Amino acid sequence: MDLAYSSEEEAFRAEVRAFLKDKLPPDIANKVKKAKRLSKDDYYRWHNTLYQQGWVSPNWPKEFGGTGWTPAQYQIFDEENCAAGSPRIIPFGISMVGPVIIRFGSDYQKERFLPPMQSGEEFWCQGFSEPGSGSDLASLKTKAVREGDHYIVNGQKTWTTLGQFADWIFCLVRTDPEAKQQMGISMVLIDLKSEGVDMRPILTVDGEHHINEVFLDNVKVPAENLIGEENKGWDYAKFLLVNERMGIAGVGQSKADLEILKDVARLESKNGKPLIDDPLFQAKLSRLEIDLMALEYTNLRMLTSQGGGAAVGALSSYLKIRGSEIQQTLMELTMEAVGPYAAPWMPQANDAEWNGEPVGPEYAAASTSRFLDRRKTTIYGGSNEIQRNIIAKHVLNM
Amino acid sequence: MDFAFSEEQQLFGDALRKLFENEYSADRRRAIVDSEESYSGDVWGHFAEMGLFGLPFAEDVGGFGGNASDVLVVCLELGRSLSLEPFVASVVLGGGAVRLAGSPEQQQSLLAGVVSGERKLAAAFLEPHARYDLADVDTEASAQDGGHRLTGRKAVVLGGDCADTFIVSARASGSDGGLSLFAVDAAAPGVSVRGYKLVDGRGAAEVEFEDVELGPDALLGEAGSALPVIEQVADLGAAALCAEAIGAIEMINEMTLEYLKTRQQFGRPIGSFQVLQHRMVDLYLELEHAKSLVFVASAMADGDNADARAKAVSAAKNYIGDKGRDIAKDAVQMHGGMGVTREYALGDYVKRVLVADMLFGDADHHLERFGRISADPAAAGASVWA
Repeated sequence: MDLAYSSEEEAFRAEVRAFLKDKLPPDIANKVKKAKRLSKDDYYRWHNTLYQQGWVSPNWPKEFGGTGWTPAQYQIFDEENCAAGSPRIIPFGISMVGPVIIRFGSDYQKERFLPPMQSGEEFWCQGFSEPGSGSDLASLKTKAVREGDHYIVNGQKTWTTLGQFADWIFCLVRTDPEAKQQMGISMVLIDLKSEGVDMRPILTVDGEHHINEVFLDNVKVPAENLIGEENKGWDYAKFLLVNERMGIAGVGQSKADLEILKDVARLESKNGKPLIDDPLFQAKLSRLEIDLMALEYTNLRMLTSQGGGAAVGALSSYLKIRGSEIQQTLMELTMEAVGPYAAPWMPQANDAEWNGEPVGPEYAAASTSRFLDRRKTTIYGGSNEIQRNIIAKHVLNM
Repeated sequence: MDFAFSEEQQLFGDALRKLFENEYSADRRRAIVDSEESYSGDVWGHFAEMGLFGLPFAEDVGGFGGNASDVLVVCLELGRSLSLEPFVASVVLGGGAVRLAGSPEQQQSLLAGVVSGERKLAAAFLEPHARYDLADVDTEASAQDGGHRLTGRKAVVLGGDCADTFIVSARASGSDGGLSLFAVDAAAPGVSVRGYKLVDGRGAAEVEFEDVELGPDALLGEAGSALPVIEQVADLGAAALCAEAIGAIEMINEMTLEYLKTRQQFGRPIGSFQVLQHRMVDLYLELEHAKSLVFVASAMADGDNADARAKAVSAAKNYIGDKGRDIAKDAVQMHGGMGVTREYALGDYVKRVLVADMLFGDADHHLERFGRISADPAAAGASVWA
């Protein structure tokens, strides 16, 4: 047992830090740290910068451009990026469908889709959930019927995050309506420019446009865009979810958010003292920080001490549950810390270009909308209740 | 970074578990708890044979030069087996104080007996009025004839009922009110020990010192500057109590899960009900996170960085105090009536978890300590909003 970072790992941290200092555009970092809206170009610029450095797809196998980092290095990379204010790499390509194409895709698919996914020339989004299929994903109804060398796809997908920036969508579709639920599902890659695709925004409770609904009306999808075998899509979807485990705890971002929260609590005051020294507030803050420490080391412990595979996939449900709860509490306490100036509704302040006079301190404007936005974290990616079902069944064998 | 125990450590842990399985049936343990005996002399003897007592000490005082994770492995097993033996009291706390504060001669003279198991130490730090404040010490040591005269009272001294030597914190005259540490023979004139058992069956004592004459070699380290050492020893003890609690919580969770799978109501195992499944998942979720904090605390408790050590230990102690008790309460509830019977062992594990919170700072004490360090302006980075 050795819980310290090695000198090689510390050297790696210094390397990442120097790179970020040199290459992360200050205008983008400023937007990220102040929770301003990011444009597609902001995401693209940073994605492509990491691509040039060879660091955009650390989780991929080395021969496809992965880095071969240890879990500790991955953690360091995540932590440093979040602390510096790097935009996240939109996960749907690099973290989700990329590894599926590498593992199950055809040679054509690897050549066609992986290079622009890495460079950022093509962005991806996810088509799993449907209006009638949320937690019970396997009940999905979007249909794909084979006609010659095409599938004809009809149906509706929803909660499609950042679909407005995406060029492609990977979808679960029903290809065998007779088979038992999970058995009749396939995964297909659909060009969002195809005729019959209609992407419409869904505004969320924070007033922002993060997600969309996607209508698919007789969309022609070339059969070569089917992943692997027909009716095996559920297996690929499960692989995708297990493979996502590296970042699921969100430790780096939460550590960065904690620093911002402490920053606010030092600037706010109560009873003539900084809020951070108020016993009631400090107790809440400390509980949160302790939970985050526990998550950080549980994340490292699970990633370093397990061989991989399905067991880790199920254990990662622990990380998803606690990680998402912490992400929510961070924003809840930040909103509380701001106090009365958390009440004014100032969506225009979310725009970095806005030159108006903020009401109250600058950090106040986004605090309540971020609290509202974070409600999604315990719902998406398999709700925390579904995660508990997974642990009960696959870890505790109940 | 590596969280795994070495093969040697795993074998050691297994041997310890086996020892308790052989020597320490539930009935035997309960007989000890119900008797005047403080612990099992047989088990203590086996501990000595296995080399348990030498783990944290350097080889030149007869120890094995082990590290924090060696002690961690032991404490996890002691918790799983609900050991009554004063390992933490004598080796981790008392021994820790001598190891960190004693001169080479004092280490030789005091630790040889600890390593062999013949001498038991106990750390007498906290006082009846002081709650968990290690610096709030009224016990006085007035200088005389090159030695000291000790007067004062110490509260809930773990292992104090059977200790041969107390390591006592006191204010020495002529040292600007700072704290000092003394090794005091339990049999010395003026020492009175009121031994008793704790809720979890372990021995402890109220200890009173009345004009106890101490020779010049009783002072450990420099007079007046012992507080940092006292804090570190308390942190070592807290980390060890947390590790024991993890062992106990592992057992609580295993017993509860097994019960949910076997207990039948409404014609099926009650563990098939989602409302209980989710509660059970939460018990394991908290255990996994508690375990990570305790591993970190145990590694840091032996380190040199005082703030990092205090933060890690306080985080673990707070978590064990709060979440450990929550787990204990939930486990009892899920066992139904069985959970509140004395015969069923669950209650014994629950008691160990409760006591882990009560000694060396409870959950609130450590939350406050953690917060004080964490909110320190010196720890702040550059403000984004400046």
